[in-house]
Amino acid sequence: MRPFDLQRPDSLTHAHQLVAPDSATAIAGGTNLLDLMKLQVETPERLVDVSRLGMTEIADTDDGGLRIGALATNTATANNARVRADYPVLARAILAGATQQLRNQATTGGNLCQRTRCYYFTNIDQPCNKREPGSGCGAIEGIAHLHAVLGTSTDCIATYPGDMAVALSALGAQVEIESEDGTARTVPVRDFHLLPGNTPWRDNVLETGDIITAVTLPAPVEGRQIYRKVRERSSYAFALVSVAAIVAMDGGTIARADLAFGGLAHKPWHDARLSDLLVGETPSPALFEKAADLLLEEARGYGENDFKIPLARRTLAAVLAQATETEL
Amino acid sequence: MSDTITVNGTARAIPDDPRVSLLDFLREHVGLTGTKKGCDHGQCGACTVIVNGVRINSCLTLAAMHDGDSVTTIEGLGTPEQPSALQTAFVERDGYQCGYCTPGQICSATAMLDEIAAGFASDASEDLQGPMAATPEEIRERMSGNLCRCGAYANIVAAIRDVAKEDAR
Repeated sequence: MRPFDLQRPDSLTHAHQLVAPDSATAIAGGTNLLDLMKLQVETPERLVDVSRLGMTEIADTDDGGLRIGALATNTATANNARVRADYPVLARAILAGATQQLRNQATTGGNLCQRTRCYYFTNIDQPCNKREPGSGCGAIEGIAHLHAVLGTSTDCIATYPGDMAVALSALGAQVEIESEDGTARTVPVRDFHLLPGNTPWRDNVLETGDIITAVTLPAPVEGRQIYRKVRERSSYAFALVSVAAIVAMDGGTIARADLAFGGLAHKPWHDARLSDLLVGETPSPALFEKAADLLLEEARGYGENDFKIPLARRTLAAVLAQATETEL
Repeated sequence: MSDTITVNGTARAIPDDPRVSLLDFLREHVGLTGTKKGCDHGQCGACTVIVNGVRINSCLTLAAMHDGDSVTTIEGLGTPEQPSALQTAFVERDGYQCGYCTPGQICSATAMLDEIAAGFASDASEDLQGPMAATPEEIRERMSGNLCRCGAYANIVAAIRDVAKEDAR
């Protein structure tokens, strides 16, 4: 690990000042950042310890939703009584990720900012446009087993690795961000992470000096909530494909179908067209096929990850069948 | 602001170099080598310790971020003369071969039984609302952050089950 200074701000305002220079990085749980620092993928000159600035509260909002402080641990969120009762897809997604030791340390804000597990990104001897702009992408013609099939670019095919944000995307959550000058703004989770395009080093919309302060969930909606994660071992593995779903029925037709997908892209994948296609229809295997066709219309495999396209198709069908009690 | 960490009941000064992980602090600075360095990347769980009652990977956190915290390591759970219930159960059930992962396994299991008692859910829990029980399926999922390269998992689960049943009485 390269040498660095550790600074402890005594307030959020102070923290903004400290993280403003490009050479500084905020640290909360640190489970991803310290790992990357050991690998010298991240080499901050200064770490700003924001872990004791409060922001751990999980509280009801005026409109019946829930506001989760940026420093609430993944364990605290997954076990919160309201999350378990009203947003089970979020509890399930969090519990499907990492290990209890990591979830005990990992925070809401940090989890949103976790970085790809692309093997080229985490190995400083390999080319990676995300880590070292202009050095090339090793994965496109290399080992691409975990990589994206949607929204890729000629510069980067990395995936966003998390589970929590996939559920947040399906739930239509908002990220509260405070900027250096103290102004607050709110960004939908669906717009928080970016596609790689020709700026793959940018994972999300955060600007220098920004600090995530909370994630807000809208008031709960009727329907069945499912998080289905397909992975190569039954615990402690990243998703090959995951589906977060909130599906409601009205008699024999689908009344709501909010879906988001993990493991497929550089961000939790949300395609509003799926809801439009499914709502008002009678569930059937043929309908699920049409939904998968639409979802994967522009999917492209890179050899090793070709399997993700049929896997996503089948996982989507399985989740929709479960949610609507339809025989496949 | 204090600049110490309480380790197994004794206050210890935090080193100046902020790079020192909690794991290296315990092993190299405090001299408690029961906590093991396996992967040093949060993948194996050999470094698991209990901080303020919560189990974490000590390799993935900085000692300097823990001033005022209370850490329990394997040395704080029991002694050869007075082992904890889990330590005894691991011996009785032969829950190890080489023993390298064992301190992490036992620290992890100690906190895990508290989590089950507190009603924490896991990926293996059929109902998020509980009740939670230390079934073999739950133990395997909840202990998935502790790898055993010798593959003593069956006996590790048996040892934890013994103590969980004892607790339930």
